[in-house]
Amino acid sequence: MADVKMHILVCGGTGCISAQSDKIAENLRRCLKDQGLEEEVKVLLSGCFGFCEQGPIVKIAPDNTFYVKVTPEDAEEIVAEHIVKGRKVDRLLFVDPETAEHVADSKHMEFYKKQMRIALRNCGFIDPENLAEYVARDGYMALGQILETLSPQDVIDVMKASGLRGRGGGGFPTGLKWEFASKYQDDQKYVICNADEGDPGAFMDRSILEGDPHSVVEAMAICGYAIGADKGMVYIRAEYPLAVKRLRKAIEDAREAGLLGRNVLGSDFSFDIEIRYGAGAFVCGEETGLIRSMEGERGEPTSKPPFPAEKGFWGKPSNVNNVETLANVPVIFLKGADWFASIGTEKSKGTKVFALAGKVNNVGLVEVPMGTTLREVIFDIGGGIRGGKKFKAVQTGGPSGGCLTEKHLDTPIDFDNLVAAGSMMGSGGMIVMDEDNCMVSVAKFYLDFTVEESCGKCTPCRVGNKRMYELLEKITDGRGTEADLKLLKDLALVIKDTSLCGLGQTAPNPVLSTLDNFWDEYEAHVKEKRCPSGACKSLVSYYVVADQCKGCTLCARACPAEAISGKVKEPHVIDQEKCVKCGACMTACKFGAIIKK
Amino acid sequence: MAKISSLEELRKLKEQVKNATELREKGHNIDRLIQVKVSMATCGIASGARETLADFMKEVKARGLDDVVFTQTGCMGYCHSEPTVEVTKPGEEPVVFGNVKGGRVREIVEKYIVNGELVEDIIPTAYKTID
Amino acid sequence: MQPMINLNIDGKYVKVPKGSTILDAARKLGIDIPTLCHLNLEGTPMVNQAASCRICVVEVKGRRNLAPACATPAIEGMEVRTNTIRVLHARKMVLELLLSDHPKDCLSCAKAGNCELQELAERFCFRENRFDDFSQSHYAKDVSPALIRDMDKCVMCRRCETMCNDVQTVGALSGVNRGFNAVVAPAFEMPLEESVCTFCGQCSAVCPTGALVERDYSWDVIEALADPDKIVVVQTAPAVRAALGEEFGYEPGTLVTGKMAAALRNLGFDYVFDTDFAADLTIMEEASEFLDRLTRHLEGDTSVRLPILTSCCPAWVKFFEHQYPDLLDVPSTAKSPQQMFGAIAKSFFAEQLDVPREKLVVVSVMPCLAKKYEAGREEFSVNGNRDVDISITTRELAHLIKRANIDFTNLADENFDRPLGESTGAAVIFGTTGGVIEAAVRTAAEWATGKELESVDFSALRGLEGCREAKVPVGDLVLHIGIAHGLGNARRLLDSVRKGEVEPFHAIEIMACPGGCVGGGGQPYHHGRMEIVKKRAEALYREDAGKPIRKSHENPYIKKLYEEYLGKPLGEKSHHLLHTHYFERSKI
Repeated sequence: MADVKMHILVCGGTGCISAQSDKIAENLRRCLKDQGLEEEVKVLLSGCFGFCEQGPIVKIAPDNTFYVKVTPEDAEEIVAEHIVKGRKVDRLLFVDPETAEHVADSKHMEFYKKQMRIALRNCGFIDPENLAEYVARDGYMALGQILETLSPQDVIDVMKASGLRGRGGGGFPTGLKWEFASKYQDDQKYVICNADEGDPGAFMDRSILEGDPHSVVEAMAICGYAIGADKGMVYIRAEYPLAVKRLRKAIEDAREAGLLGRNVLGSDFSFDIEIRYGAGAFVCGEETGLIRSMEGERGEPTSKPPFPAEKGFWGKPSNVNNVETLANVPVIFLKGADWFASIGTEKSKGTKVFALAGKVNNVGLVEVPMGTTLREVIFDIGGGIRGGKKFKAVQTGGPSGGCLTEKHLDTPIDFDNLVAAGSMMGSGGMIVMDEDNCMVSVAKFYLDFTVEESCGKCTPCRVGNKRMYELLEKITDGRGTEADLKLLKDLALVIKDTSLCGLGQTAPNPVLSTLDNFWDEYEAHVKEKRCPSGACKSLVSYYVVADQCKGCTLCARACPAEAISGKVKEPHVIDQEKCVKCGACMTACKFGAIIKK
Repeated sequence: MAKISSLEELRKLKEQVKNATELREKGHNIDRLIQVKVSMATCGIASGARETLADFMKEVKARGLDDVVFTQTGCMGYCHSEPTVEVTKPGEEPVVFGNVKGGRVREIVEKYIVNGELVEDIIPTAYKTID
Repeated sequence: MQPMINLNIDGKYVKVPKGSTILDAARKLGIDIPTLCHLNLEGTPMVNQAASCRICVVEVKGRRNLAPACATPAIEGMEVRTNTIRVLHARKMVLELLLSDHPKDCLSCAKAGNCELQELAERFCFRENRFDDFSQSHYAKDVSPALIRDMDKCVMCRRCETMCNDVQTVGALSGVNRGFNAVVAPAFEMPLEESVCTFCGQCSAVCPTGALVERDYSWDVIEALADPDKIVVVQTAPAVRAALGEEFGYEPGTLVTGKMAAALRNLGFDYVFDTDFAADLTIMEEASEFLDRLTRHLEGDTSVRLPILTSCCPAWVKFFEHQYPDLLDVPSTAKSPQQMFGAIAKSFFAEQLDVPREKLVVVSVMPCLAKKYEAGREEFSVNGNRDVDISITTRELAHLIKRANIDFTNLADENFDRPLGESTGAAVIFGTTGGVIEAAVRTAAEWATGKELESVDFSALRGLEGCREAKVPVGDLVLHIGIAHGLGNARRLLDSVRKGEVEPFHAIEIMACPGGCVGGGGQPYHHGRMEIVKKRAEALYREDAGKPIRKSHENPYIKKLYEEYLGKPLGEKSHHLLHTHYFERSKI
């Protein structure tokens, strides 16, 4: 048998699969077979590479060639040129938006240069459905060493020393959480993995489960050993079928290999994992809501205390951690708490994965050390603002977070700095906005989400958020008054102060942070009935600049509302009553004679 | 997979399976490894570049050298000296060898890769790297 | 001893047992923190701690946000402030939000005057709402024969849900939809009438607003009374006389039997009768049935179904039809007193008056909402003419009296009419938990032994414990009797019987409402004060003690009824008029 000379990794994340990456892999295998190279070159579906905007991605090892936007039809050329003749397929290489140069190697791409992959260490590297590949990367070694050499308290001490904090949004110290759960004695305890990722645009948990499910399985077992639980539950969104499939296979394989089940690795410790499916309610990401949902009840948060550590699933002590948090755990034991604690800032250790989106050039999943500045993430990794426009704001923390501005760009990202700046880490959503974004509309967008996702249990969240949304709607419609601005702020503060769970308590953040940072913009909407960014339809009007209009009639023909009139070769006029503000005329005009104000 | 019933067995398993991801590990750490690039242009292949690569891999494996990584490249422009091979040691300038076949493979591995001695038929290069 | 906790509220120190909430501690200090969703019904499993309304929020030193006093455990050294500007401001805003999504039809709301939201608005001096022009959530009204669900008025306190699921274990109500559109509804938002709802009405008894109220038939009564072609007959259930007074300012537990009879006559009823008469009749049939089953059982007949279960409570009947369809042959087949009364009024009494049954209108005054539903059950009508035409609650009767300008408190006591108004002490105690079975035992014991009882007071059968059992010696036999009130307790008792966890019972009495009919869904609102229910029960035992005749079978008019009309208990005519059968109903 010939030696394997190359590996072709095809991204098998949900995004790339939906763009037929599985077909790419199939074609690659077929072409290799045609060339008689099927034994020398191995093709595998890996987890997500993170650079989703450029997907489907195909990476070749060991030369690290990184092909982007690959189609199934490209497989033949990749094999014939790259594999057989050693020639890179230039047209499939990433083009740097700044330099317009083709970059062959992911190591030289700006997108990857400043990243540090801990939680995502195996994503895009191993075949997630192959336990052996995880083991080859020291998988389950942490669990094995712990079972042989550490006491549960030792494990908790290591976790505390590492400084790892919950990545799901709250940022609570993980070691401390484990310690609480370990203190409550009961005949049954649970380790719960929160895989109910719900922030709009965030998909790091999905990527981890799709790309490295065993890391979560191993971490749950470690947690079980530490807190004295023999049962693990993963609460995962049913809308993540691929993650579910890979996780289920990982659990089955681990069980078969004796890494789960009775007497894990021949020790006295037994641990097994069950999967529960969520129906995609954002509020079920809140740990008490999640537990209620797992019990078959309506997904509604309950008052804390009691915390799940005392009374959780079925009233038993339970420890709930999010996927990304868990994915960090095995590495902490392999490389040591000191190593982990050496990364990051004083109070936020390690790395954080962000789902970078919005008006940046490079959209995708990025993992950076805590303490990296927003500027580095947006301008270096993200490649700056698309279309050379001006940066306006960055929204972090999803619907629970806030909008930060230019003045925050050099803030090192960590839990406390983001809160101090009026936002939060959240689960890692990061949406970049440019000068075309209206900040009142942005706040309204997030409120729309919260109103939709509120469970309706407590008054401030059920009614208050709706009212906040309606106030914002009034403002963007041009019906807002100065009293409304005061009421909005007043209401936001009360909702924050009185809501039952984290969803309600943080729902006003997008409003409060935009009120703080973009007060002028709110005032313009209310006092001048003007939307500075021109995004609020009700507040803009289209006009024909008479001396630039050539009377070509293109605009009149483009108008769907027949709002434009005028004779050929004479300046046209827009009837403001009829205008639906679609902007079609502006696009149609070749002379720049139509303006928006 | 058979049951793993101790840490020891897990360690053994890791040793068995670690080559599964070895190529990717090497790619990941390529800057710290000795890179051997074999030119796979039509003329190279015709002159036996495939066999050269296979021989190289065999030789390196036989010597238990795990800090060598093999990649392919296209035409280097030295059709007169095919097969050509470029060897890059970490932190050193790349060296291109011509007419690498038969005993030359062993010679390059032993003298240049292992002992750091230069061998004959080095092609002087005008460029920094091949790509 | 329970560990104690010291905390400080509004500058005052208080010591409370561990496990107490801030609200408990504040109440101990006489600090009245306003609440809305919270409700703790003592003696029942009902502790509504949803902490959802956020009206009771307080400031706790060291805590980032405000804490709900009702659900936050008191901890050692806690410092709480209940009336700072921050707290008052938040409470005002929360109330403003609640009211902004609440109809402003207080004038025509069934709960006006009894509404806890209205009371809060009054207490907070609520004068304007900045969200007045904002949207409101809207739902179609769900009108069933007994209950009306108007979810526009729901404040999501979840008390009804806790009552329906945790206390009654009926499971008809739960939260549906999300956010602004969240409400409490039956499964799949089906109409109540199609659901497993038993119409016990306990949801409406705890609803703080007008979201769940009885269906009011008082105008139908006024129309019937005004119809010159109709003879209108009224019957009043035992528990009504012990609670009606509350609507006119009397202390809970005041008996107003005589004033009630006078008021009914004042209202224009042609005959003022008493459901108690029918209760005595029920005992005749039920005790006979019980003795019959017991005798056959003692003779070794294994086909006999024991324990016999009482069947006076229509909510309980509907409950077992849904939940225990395999037990349909276990309960007594005797109709409830309301329906026995209707059947006798429209047969025996109509014949006596020599009028067709259609000329009679039978009105019942009940402490109950399920009675409205029961009166409408198809098997209780003849050719479309119902045995009981209209069933109203204690509350509706009070409204009728007030509407007719009757000065209730100054009425002179009057008696019920004869023959259907005469009753014994045994009938009166039907209105409280344990009463039906005590009445049955009084009669069954004398019939079985042929000897007169020395005492008719079976105190072992009395009390307010949710599930009780008692051993009652009758001659050589010791009767093992079970009692449950509240449907959840009924379920627990039945399940333990089924699993064989308890010594077999001979008879079990079940009432759907906590406390029995005195705590019925149609009674004046107790606003969570369960001591009121207890006082009503005590009043009934007082009435029983004061009655010259205290055993149903000694009621002379009952005897006469059998002699002249029915023949004997369980006889052909009795079977036809006084017994019924049950139907299997779906579990969801």
